[in-house]
Amino acid sequence: MDLVIKDLKVKYGNVEALHGINLRVEPREIVTILGANGAGKSTTLMAISGLVPACEGEILFNGMALHKMKPHQVVKTGVAQVPEGRRVFGTLTVAENLHLGAFTTRDAAKEIKTRDWIYELFPVLKERREQLAGTLSGGEQQMLAIGRALMADPKLLLLDEPSLGLAPLIIKRIFDTVRQINEAGVTVVLVEQNARAALKLAHRGYVLEVGNIVLEDQASTLLSNEDVQNAYLGGH
Amino acid sequence: MNRTLISYLLSFALLAASPLVLNRFWLEVLNSVGLYAILALSLNVILGNAGLYNMGHAAFYAVGAYCAAILNTQLDIPILWSLPICGLVAAAAGALVCRPIIHLRGDYLLIVTVGVGEILRIALVNDIFGLTGGPNGIFGIDRPFLFGYKIRKPHEFLYLIWGFVAMTVFLFYRLRNSRFGRALDYLREDEVAAEGSGINTGRTKLMAFAIGAAWAGMAGALYASKMTIISPESFTFWESVLIFIIVIIGGSGNITGVLLGAFLIIGLPEFLRAYVGEFANARMWFFGLAMMIMMIFRTQGILPPGPRFFRLPKAGKEVSS
Repeated sequence: MDLVIKDLKVKYGNVEALHGINLRVEPREIVTILGANGAGKSTTLMAISGLVPACEGEILFNGMALHKMKPHQVVKTGVAQVPEGRRVFGTLTVAENLHLGAFTTRDAAKEIKTRDWIYELFPVLKERREQLAGTLSGGEQQMLAIGRALMADPKLLLLDEPSLGLAPLIIKRIFDTVRQINEAGVTVVLVEQNARAALKLAHRGYVLEVGNIVLEDQASTLLSNEDVQNAYLGGH
Repeated sequence: MNRTLISYLLSFALLAASPLVLNRFWLEVLNSVGLYAILALSLNVILGNAGLYNMGHAAFYAVGAYCAAILNTQLDIPILWSLPICGLVAAAAGALVCRPIIHLRGDYLLIVTVGVGEILRIALVNDIFGLTGGPNGIFGIDRPFLFGYKIRKPHEFLYLIWGFVAMTVFLFYRLRNSRFGRALDYLREDEVAAEGSGINTGRTKLMAFAIGAAWAGMAGALYASKMTIISPESFTFWESVLIFIIVIIGGSGNITGVLLGAFLIIGLPEFLRAYVGEFANARMWFFGLAMMIMMIFRTQGILPPGPRFFRLPKAGKEVSS
């Protein structure tokens, strides 16, 4: 269940957003991609899930060529994305949002099992399951977005800025849950601006700068790396 | 659900009894309302459920009507037998037209569909393939036969048309609560999130268009056999606008709302014509004013869809709320 990205280039019109990046995620790993605004972090995730087409290079998940697939086919290979800004369905209830996540699975028994697991991970979702998703707080919506992605029973979870606009306490709770999800056997790719929290959670990290990977190492090493500290951790 | 079912049954019973009290004029009005109800319900799948702005729906209506007319006058195929063929041809036309434009959003799609409707109308006027009879249209279309009985009088058409409406309501109600209906809901709310959850958005949109077009096509076939003569004049841009208005005013996405919209938009001007007396000439003025007021104070339509209730898989250990 490894993910291999080879010389990936992505273009938006004439502008090249990724200039040929190489990246590798081992099974059951948490890998974080760090970088400033516009570095290409979200683009990388969207290329994996097929929401933007790869212009050159390969994305192989478990040997399957994701770069040739449409988004709905990528979901079926076991890759689920939690999009940036959550994008839960505000006019549907929490339970219905989760039901959507299981759109590709037709096995009701399995769906119930997965849903109960998600309710265990995020008890607040169970409390609010009849509530419209639009009335949830930001943190709860993020939990719901993660839960919805997990309903597809993914082997690889792509998280895009889960800490966006959330209070530090909520961020910590969500990151703790991400660790739990990972311990249950789900590989995680985490894109984050909150570099410190991300590096504490992740096993390994990549640093993106204007469409190129400039650094790759163990998360703990990156945390103590002086350049990373100056650029992303506020320096000392 | 039960209350809805009872009110539906009551309404249809009232309609079935209406020939006892209404004269020919009002029966014709009801037939007209019924045809527009079918058209609006078919557009509702595209516009209300899938959220795709289609203002060229009259094109599919025309395809169905001409298909029935040509099959009937040239090949002597009875109208009711040709219904499924008309539906399929209209669906194919819908899918064909929409394939290249399906990725367009909102207003862009709307403009293209307006263009499609006009292209088709002008093609009909120009007697395309020598089949459509040009501006004069096609005449001498047979009345429908049902079990060997010729349907001819207004009240007979009332049963045929409203029977078809009832079937449409039932099928579209089922469709809306199906897996496909759910996919449409997600699609309308957030396309990216829907796609990211494993919905084939392109195919789902195309299916919605094809289903909507198929039903409009069958309405066209009924119309052709009711009028026995059709011409391009019956399928102008104004028809598309009218169907669009019915869906929006009635409450896009809600079947009951759309039916109500058909009664208001098609029935109300006739009512004003008959009862407002000297103001009859001003009836379109009243009508326009009512529409403006409506869009200012109740943008979601008269009866917007209520919160959705899906039958979710039940979990054993769920606490009761």
